[in-house]
Amino acid sequence: MADPTKSKIDEPTGTPTMGHEWDGIEELDTPLPRWWLWTFYACILFSLGYVIAYPAWPLIEGYTKGALGWSSRGDLAKEMATQAAKVAPIHRAIAATPIDQLPARPALMQAAVDGGRAAFKVHCVQCHGSGAAGSKGYPNLNDDDWLWGGDLATIEKTIVDGIRNPDHAATRLSIMPAFGRDQLLQAAQVDDVVAHVRTISGQQRGDAASQRGAQLFADNCAVCHGPAGKGNRQLGAPNLTDGIWLYGGDGDSLHQTVWNSRQGVMPRWGDRLDAATVRMLAAYVHSLGGGEAAPVMAVDNVAGEASDARP
Amino acid sequence: MTTASLSLYEKRKGVYPKAVDGFYRRLKWAVMAVTLAIYWITPWLRWDRGPYAPDQAVLIDLAHRRFYMFAIEIWPHEFYYVAGLLVMAGVGLFLVTSAVGRAWCGYACPQTVWTDLYQHVERWMDGDRNAQIRLDRAPWTAGKIARRVAKWSVWLVIAFGTGGAWIFYFADAPTLQHQFWTGTAASVAYATVAVLTATTFILGGFMREQVCIYMCPWPRIQTAMLDEKSLVVTYKHWRGERRGSLKKAQAQPDAFGDCIDCDQCVAVCPTGIDIRQGPQIGCITCALCIDACDKVMGQVGRPRGLIDYCTEDDANAEKAGRAPRPVLRSLLHVRTLVYLTLWSAVGAAMLFALGTRTRMDISAQQDRNPVAMRLSDGTIRNAFTVKLRNMESRPRPMRVTVEGLAGVSLWTDRDGRADARAAIDTVVPPDSVAKLRLFLAAPAHGPLRQDFAFTVRATDREGGADREPAHFERLQ
Repeated sequence: MADPTKSKIDEPTGTPTMGHEWDGIEELDTPLPRWWLWTFYACILFSLGYVIAYPAWPLIEGYTKGALGWSSRGDLAKEMATQAAKVAPIHRAIAATPIDQLPARPALMQAAVDGGRAAFKVHCVQCHGSGAAGSKGYPNLNDDDWLWGGDLATIEKTIVDGIRNPDHAATRLSIMPAFGRDQLLQAAQVDDVVAHVRTISGQQRGDAASQRGAQLFADNCAVCHGPAGKGNRQLGAPNLTDGIWLYGGDGDSLHQTVWNSRQGVMPRWGDRLDAATVRMLAAYVHSLGGGEAAPVMAVDNVAGEASDARP
Repeated sequence: MTTASLSLYEKRKGVYPKAVDGFYRRLKWAVMAVTLAIYWITPWLRWDRGPYAPDQAVLIDLAHRRFYMFAIEIWPHEFYYVAGLLVMAGVGLFLVTSAVGRAWCGYACPQTVWTDLYQHVERWMDGDRNAQIRLDRAPWTAGKIARRVAKWSVWLVIAFGTGGAWIFYFADAPTLQHQFWTGTAASVAYATVAVLTATTFILGGFMREQVCIYMCPWPRIQTAMLDEKSLVVTYKHWRGERRGSLKKAQAQPDAFGDCIDCDQCVAVCPTGIDIRQGPQIGCITCALCIDACDKVMGQVGRPRGLIDYCTEDDANAEKAGRAPRPVLRSLLHVRTLVYLTLWSAVGAAMLFALGTRTRMDISAQQDRNPVAMRLSDGTIRNAFTVKLRNMESRPRPMRVTVEGLAGVSLWTDRDGRADARAAIDTVVPPDSVAKLRLFLAAPAHGPLRQDFAFTVRATDREGGADREPAHFERLQ
């Protein structure tokens, strides 16, 4: 504490001292610089205003909201709204353009692919992976093998209606029987069918088992997979002769597939996402390298007649 | 509180340089005219580059990331040319310092040139040194205020012209000028002009020599680089001392040197120093004191050169009564030659690089997710993003092929695998980078990681080619 009676003036600086001394060292009672003091008062004033204007004090439940009503969540909402307004015209244009006409408008197509890439990262990567490379049971969307078809319109329909949605009439639906579990085939017969499938896909040479399997295949499998095992996209039946296996092409995996059947599902995105987003996703998936051209009209008609003729 | 006995701040002493004429003054006029002309005229020079590139001879096009300098166009990835120019500028300053001392400071530095210009305006409007001193000390009457306002207005016009000219280096000058006056230019243009106008006005009108003495690092660097072979403005004290008025010297010729203590060297100095105190950091070697002293020596009938450009070696030789080295010898000493060699080598290397650089190239980036995947026919597909760069200002047809990968077929994302082929042809727009997404399919049998290369060849008459190593990856 400064003792006023002991206080004296320090000669070299002309400043009063605090009046105490340690080992001959005295402390100057230098007043605060005015600019510092005024800055300090200004800071106090500013903080008072700040506390009133902005969220500041934590309460038991919640916090003081501040007179301006600012919040970082509100900022985010504003930014999201701004962005949505910015892309709205593009989304409207995409939603208004039938997907098979998108490629004729390259700029719009590019916008759709870019938008689809972003939407894919949000909605699809959980199953198909961030690079759309899929994994066991989840198709790789980069390749040229399609269960239901790889042209733009077909991809879009698959996304809109989903796969094996029990509450949706238009969903992609194919039910492969569980041949072993439901005792349609004996274990040995399943092995024979597997041997046949591995033969037609070029993974092993034909032998007695595969020859027995060929007949079983013709009786049980060809109705969907076709007599040559080439599959049928109308039914979502995979091509069994190519190099791509959704659940694995080795003997054990195939045995399990035939024994238990496989019934992968995909949500129907048509009632979760707006039309533009679904269209953009289809454009993006189509752009990954395996996209196919739309089937030629004539072929379409033939297919249409065929399906009409069936019932 | 009392004021501290030691003052850390020195109040500026007024500097009112007197008008002077002479060889060095005329040299300074010439350098000022040339440098100011370069600064103001350069952006308005045109250079035809065809329909796809701007026709401004010197243009730093930040928006499109191009730098044009007459026949040279530099892309951001060629920034090492700019680095080379900076190296040359740096070594060039060493070279100049080593050969002729602080000639940069005295003649070519913008601070010197603009301060000089401002001082001319000042002398033109307020009169010479004595009138300026009188006016400065006079009370603030209406007349003084009017004269100050007039002078500052002229300064401001020059400052505006200086700041205004700067922006024309960064955009098409005629267009930008029109935009500038019609209020449609970018706000950064107005801000730049405002800032540079303010700095020119303040640095040239008021701070002047304080920039050189207190702010600029270059005098410190230069003083460190000066040696006994450097040209500096030297007061030959062995000849001038003991100084005394003409009257005294005539009365006692043996007791006095040539300096008649007329203080003309101090009066003309733009940084307000007294060169007779020896070399000092405030001396920018503008040599105006040489002009002033030569004139006085002529008037009193003594030989010129009492104050002169002189190296320390020569000064010592002269003091000892020996002949100084010839000027050429003192210019071409070892250090100067080393700097000259270094400077020329950098310049030659850059010219060589410019002459042999290729104006097209290819780069390829492999998709990392997925890297490799199987196609239905069992082949393996890798995907690449390939960038073709066309630095010419005209469209160029290019052909991309794959080298060293047997059985490969390639297609782009614009067509399908049905169109797979051995080479991709595309036309790259002028002065731009074309991005291609390439899919490569190759047989599944082969090394897990196989080296190959993308090659690009221009298929027009001029030709040209580039190559980018890459690797193809297969699945286990």
